[in-house]
Amino acid sequence: MKRRDFLKSVSGLAAGAALPAMPSVISSAQADARSETLLIVSEGGPNNLDIHGVGTNVPGYEVSWNCYDRLISHEMKSGPGGVPYYDRDKFKGELAEDFRIDDMSVTFKLKKNAKFHDGAPVTAKDVKWSLDRAVSVGGFPTFQMSAGSLTKPEQFVVIDDHTVRVDFLKKDKLTIPDLAVIVPCIVNSELVKKNASEKDPWGLEFTKQQTAGSGAYKVTKWTAGTEVIMERNEDWVGGPLPKIKRVIWRMVPQAGNRRALLERGDADISYELPFKDFQEMKANGKLNVVSLPFSNGIQYIGMNVTKPPFDNPKVRQAIAYAMPYQKIMDAVLFGLGNPMFGAPKDKATEVAWPQPHKYNTDMEKAKALLSEAGYANGFETTISFDLNFAGVNEPLCVLVQESLAQLGIKTTINKVPGANWRTELNKKEMPLFTNVFSGWLDYPEYFFYWCYHGNNSVFNTMSYKSAAMDKLIDGARTAAAIGDKTAYDADVKGFVDLAFTDIPRIPLYQPFVNVAMQKNISGYQYWFHRRLDYRAMAKG
Amino acid sequence: MLTMIGKRLMFAIPSLIGVVIVTFLLTRALPGDPAAYFAGPAATKEAVEQIRKKLGLDKPLIEQFFRYASDLAHGDFGNSLTTGQPVATEIRNRLPASAELTLLGLIVSIVIAIPLGVLAATRPGSWIDHLCRVTTTAGVSLPVFFTGLVLVYVFYFRLGWSPAPLGRLDVFYSVPPTVTGFYLIDTLIARDVEAFRSALSQLILPATTLAVFSLAPIARMTRASMLAVLASEFVRTARASGLSPATVIVTYAFRNAMLPVITTLSMVFSFLLGANVLVEKVFAWPGIGSYAVEALISSDFAPVQGFVLTMAIMYVLLNLVIDILYGVIDPRVRLEG
Repeated sequence: MKRRDFLKSVSGLAAGAALPAMPSVISSAQADARSETLLIVSEGGPNNLDIHGVGTNVPGYEVSWNCYDRLISHEMKSGPGGVPYYDRDKFKGELAEDFRIDDMSVTFKLKKNAKFHDGAPVTAKDVKWSLDRAVSVGGFPTFQMSAGSLTKPEQFVVIDDHTVRVDFLKKDKLTIPDLAVIVPCIVNSELVKKNASEKDPWGLEFTKQQTAGSGAYKVTKWTAGTEVIMERNEDWVGGPLPKIKRVIWRMVPQAGNRRALLERGDADISYELPFKDFQEMKANGKLNVVSLPFSNGIQYIGMNVTKPPFDNPKVRQAIAYAMPYQKIMDAVLFGLGNPMFGAPKDKATEVAWPQPHKYNTDMEKAKALLSEAGYANGFETTISFDLNFAGVNEPLCVLVQESLAQLGIKTTINKVPGANWRTELNKKEMPLFTNVFSGWLDYPEYFFYWCYHGNNSVFNTMSYKSAAMDKLIDGARTAAAIGDKTAYDADVKGFVDLAFTDIPRIPLYQPFVNVAMQKNISGYQYWFHRRLDYRAMAKG
Repeated sequence: MLTMIGKRLMFAIPSLIGVVIVTFLLTRALPGDPAAYFAGPAATKEAVEQIRKKLGLDKPLIEQFFRYASDLAHGDFGNSLTTGQPVATEIRNRLPASAELTLLGLIVSIVIAIPLGVLAATRPGSWIDHLCRVTTTAGVSLPVFFTGLVLVYVFYFRLGWSPAPLGRLDVFYSVPPTVTGFYLIDTLIARDVEAFRSALSQLILPATTLAVFSLAPIARMTRASMLAVLASEFVRTARASGLSPATVIVTYAFRNAMLPVITTLSMVFSFLLGANVLVEKVFAWPGIGSYAVEALISSDFAPVQGFVLTMAIMYVLLNLVIDILYGVIDPRVRLEG
């Protein structure tokens, strides 16, 4: 090609490029598709479509929840602000038509017409194989199952083609709720076994890339880091047929663009936006913004109690009086959180969790306590946070740093990259840090078992050990299992009180899950996992 | 010619080996423990160890390296842990997205910058020279993500002319069957005009963003090199011989001024390909830049190594093409292997 011809063709191309910048004409078939399609935009997407996989991330849970069924699920009740909220105590069958709880076992009758996406019937064999898989693959799923005392394949017994019994190892109030979380999902065992290998007996490589369940949706296309497309399963029997035919879930890394997409009406739903955006969108009223507290979740400041100066309860109390609570609520969260501080002096402890403690910002008291502990001139320390949640953590830590400086405590801020955060938590060496813990199962003793018990789980980030605390927590668990309400109430009040006097971690607030959606989207439900349930949603 | 190409490729091998070794060591030197990351927040120490074993990270470094090298020799780049996909497939899927965007950005940039540079050189000190100076200074001083966000804000959010910044194609169009991986070409092959328009309109804003950024080096280089050539004796001779100004500038001066411009172009291209991470982030573009950065953040070794290696190979090939182009443009440049 001659250079002149080349230049001509290039300018021709440029002229052509200018034309289609106008909005393209949409054919009517596409308009129909739009009204039955839900377009979700979020920052991150799944890395694995199977929750039993190695290192499946939280967006992956959402796929599992919508594409697989469990034996049972929760009923809905009306939550804060009239938003449907899962009912912690009421269960309904999903794959199970009927279930009977006996003293040491629970028996499920399966729905006879239930089918997997490939048309194979759901049988008791599949149920047993799936539950065996959940307790055997190791990692997170096995860990979650063990939280409900479900640990051995022998616990799952096939009675006939449509009946399964789950035997209890011991009495545990959490066993039934644990069968309704995301992990014990029912997998198409024949299909997966066909695609398993000797190295991978549970077929994790296969289910990582495609869904093999009986759920209301199936993944038809997944491009990691870009999009997930799900289509409705027309033969779903787990509940009423969902109204949304197709779900397109796109990853849009830029928060500003996610907001623009929502405000222009191109995207239907988004979460993971900065609090400021949510607050502004709430105020201008063009979109529906739902803000609900994390069930059983708290953002806190933790202190390593094994090392000075935080091994001294007086120092910890001083810090608790020095926290800039209200500033954090206003400047960091823009009010989108439930305060967990400043309860009235005479308020009796409740049998509930989370509940606010009685500390308030009181620098005089903090100073007095600090000099009593022998640190009148303060000390030097480091406060660490997870960079993955820098939007909240960074301003929060700066406010804390500022406040502690008034006590003469010199704080350096240590920003830990997301990849390192878990390693650092596990080491239990950080003196001062902020973090969130939220339990799927909404019971006080569950929270305390993971966060305060002396068996020192990863979530006991403070390395807190107290014989009195362990006794109260264990007492509450036993009391709950046998249904002794008086003992249970006394123990729960006991451990809450102890946690507030000993104060190894300072609860700051209960975070909100914020979801913004178009006005024509209805049916949003709050679930313990805080992800979207497309099955109840409708458009228009 | 062929022996020259062969020789050049041979020389590239040691540098590629060097790249393999350095990226391997660098990724290992990164802070962060992938095993702990992928074991999840609730993992016990044993679970972390289990995963470490599964990933082969418990082996000595030298053994890990040889295993990696032998996998590479078999064309296996390893698996990404964050996306769960083989790295080779991911790069193959994502490279065309980045390349299409970068090429288009570069073409837009060339179309604007070269005439601007030539005009500025022929009329130094005039308004067009000042325009050239102002545009290039502005272009290079605006951060890429800022230009991108402003363009999105104005043309999508405010005016609504541009489609939603949601990647390469409107969500309701289906992807054309892959032939080249370039949607503009693939949609035309599939004779899907609507999808072509969609793909093109998705490309305009990000390509413009890149073009604004790369305008400066190209325009300035064209101007400088044109000025030098225009002052040379053969141009004076041509003018004295009464050739028309257009012939003098286009046929004589411009061709001779091309060499440094081509060199700049190659640098700008490779720079854009790697550095359009921010543009990819702003426009949710499924390219390799954002892929590599995400991998880096989660200390996911395989994609980072794969990315650096791919870029190194592209760089070698690009340099080769540029060298060949030199010979075509200026017969005086003879390549010795």
